[in-house]
Amino acid sequence: MARADVKVKAIEVDRLRCKGCGICIEFCPREVLEADEEGKPNVVAIEKCTACRLCELRCPDFAIWLRGADDE
Amino acid sequence: MMSEARLMQGNEACVEAALAAGLKFFAGYPITPSTEIAEMLAERLPARGGTFIQMEDEISSMAAVIGASLAGVKAMTATSGPGFSLKQENIGFASMAEVPCVVVNVQRGGPSTGLPTSPAQGDLMQSRWGTHGDHPVVVMAPGSVAEVFTVTIQAFNVAEVLRVPVILLMDEVVGHMREKVLLPEASSLTVLDRRGPVEGEEYRPFDYRDGERPLDLPMTKPPLEVDFSGDGLRDVPPLAPFGRGYRFHVTGLVHDARGLPTGDPTLTDRLVRRLIGKVENRRDRLALYVTEAVDDAEVLVVAFGSVGRSALSAVRLARERGIRAGLFRPITVWPFPDQVIRKLTQGARTVIVPEMNMGQMVREVERALAGTTAAVQGYSRVDGELITPTEILAEIEEVA
Amino acid sequence: MSGLVEEYFRQDQLPTIWCPGCGHGIVLAALVRAMDQVRVPRDRTVVVSGIGCSSRASGYLDFDTLHTTHGRAIAFATGVKLANPELTVIVITGDGDVAAIGGNHLIHAARRNIDLTVVCFDNNIYGMTSGQYSPITPQGDLASTAPYGNIDRPFDLCGLVREAGATYVARATTFHHNLLTEYIARGLRKKGFAFIDALSQCPTYYGRRNRRGSAAEMMRWFRDNAVTVRKAERMEPAELEGKIVIGEIYNGEAREYTELCGDIIRRAQGGEGR
Repeated sequence: MARADVKVKAIEVDRLRCKGCGICIEFCPREVLEADEEGKPNVVAIEKCTACRLCELRCPDFAIWLRGADDE
Repeated sequence: MMSEARLMQGNEACVEAALAAGLKFFAGYPITPSTEIAEMLAERLPARGGTFIQMEDEISSMAAVIGASLAGVKAMTATSGPGFSLKQENIGFASMAEVPCVVVNVQRGGPSTGLPTSPAQGDLMQSRWGTHGDHPVVVMAPGSVAEVFTVTIQAFNVAEVLRVPVILLMDEVVGHMREKVLLPEASSLTVLDRRGPVEGEEYRPFDYRDGERPLDLPMTKPPLEVDFSGDGLRDVPPLAPFGRGYRFHVTGLVHDARGLPTGDPTLTDRLVRRLIGKVENRRDRLALYVTEAVDDAEVLVVAFGSVGRSALSAVRLARERGIRAGLFRPITVWPFPDQVIRKLTQGARTVIVPEMNMGQMVREVERALAGTTAAVQGYSRVDGELITPTEILAEIEEVA
Repeated sequence: MSGLVEEYFRQDQLPTIWCPGCGHGIVLAALVRAMDQVRVPRDRTVVVSGIGCSSRASGYLDFDTLHTTHGRAIAFATGVKLANPELTVIVITGDGDVAAIGGNHLIHAARRNIDLTVVCFDNNIYGMTSGQYSPITPQGDLASTAPYGNIDRPFDLCGLVREAGATYVARATTFHHNLLTEYIARGLRKKGFAFIDALSQCPTYYGRRNRRGSAAEMMRWFRDNAVTVRKAERMEPAELEGKIVIGEIYNGEAREYTELCGDIIRRAQGGEGR
């Protein structure tokens, strides 16, 4: 899954679907995400993202996904 | 157009009629006294391209029937008291999700295992109120082998047209009795199918048109056939089969017009009232019944199923003795034909209700005749034996 | 997942009713990815579910969907599949739904080897009714109906289904979501009864009561205690105590039930039935 060569353009969060469980934040290997006061993820270090997509794959609420440069 | 005279059992007539009505799926579980229906369909259905399955239990039989119906085929199961009890939850699902299906209950003595090979009529109330919550259900109780054939076709027609479960309430005598039956030509039968979606329109599987109540029929009508002519069926949504691209949701939860769950009080109220109304607003249209010498009857006997046969003999014997006796034998027992019975008893002093239970139909008769001058009395027999014409005649003579 | 949500979900039904951190969404996402991989026929696929947290999933999917009564999803699905064997029929269920009240239907559908793909959202607790022990709750664990600890022994669901005759049986967890997707995809491709035991976390009613920590911690527990089938074969029963075995438990072949029904119809119509 991890593709270091891929440039991540953005991590998008659907804040209505997100319930703030923290799974995406806990499993991010590069500390790209940080919890806001509701426990929902803020993207704080997009440059560290390796596009492993663990946040997306483990999100129970289909609320976070990556948009890579190759997704256009 | 009668084609073929055959000696057959009530259970066999039920099978012949189900096939004639277009049955394509049967799921069941062995239970006396209904087992012959499963056995015969195991042999006959595949030849018609249909599927028979003996499920692991009664509950799954009912579930499989509902699943098959949603996949677009006419489906039926058959059972007796203990199995009927087990099927109740899923019968309620069929009411709520508006899934056409026919459930045959060949009644035996009860409660519990009771008398498996003896007749009884103790499931009259259960057939109406067996599942929890307010729900629509139509129940038909034939009284002879030939009538089993006719009424089974009607059961399928009503189930398909109104999207309701229909209970065919037989008893051990009707199921196992052998009589000569003239099977009608298939071309002479009126077989109705469910309405599908209108092509090009958005499909909403639980939507309906608001407006006037469905037009009920006056009480004059062709015998033993539920006639839907002139009924716009505005309160019955069309039903698409699964697998045709409509991609709709079916649930036992209270649901909106798309079939998706809702807790909205207004939508809930509308749904429950419409479900009940589908049947209750067609009380007269659905009322199949047989009468004998009712016009000037002072003593009216109300009896259903096999007891209706003894009652007919008793009424005829009473007439021979100069007693103005008559018979009303409801075949559609639910919804109970209140108006019909009120009309027929206008000249009656006494109404006698013999039944093979501790008095289930008599209460309905009392309710229907509340406020009239007719005296209503029940007569019960619960020993597993048929009520004889002599017994009923004695009751008639006592009040004549 | 964003594209898949748009493609396969009834988006107006989201967010789900599930609690924060509930693993069921991860299992549902794996199922949808698998359906997408296999390219299940969009208009010829029926998703059937029972009752419980898991079974609300059918309402979120934009397919023909049937949310049935408690425990009976497989029995309803059997009717759907037999009435139209061309349909792809998927069953979504939970451990209480399929192993307790619906246990009979599970083993008999497996015995028949009818072509259904059953995904059990297995969080070893009754979540919808707030935390009673299920037939999968480990011995000794706490539940609202086991305040002194559960004395029931749990089922090995995969072993049960395999012995009953299923032709595809696999287990994975919400931590091992890629494996889970792969197993569900294989189950969908299998012409026969496929059962995928998807271990899922219930942080609200099971985790909290049993001090299992957050949803992420419960998923790490899956990671740390999962043993592959191959490794488990070389382990002693005592070593396997408290572990979970993941992998393909069985992948075999047997005649499929609707095909046998088709044979019966052909024989009956050709007059060779007896």
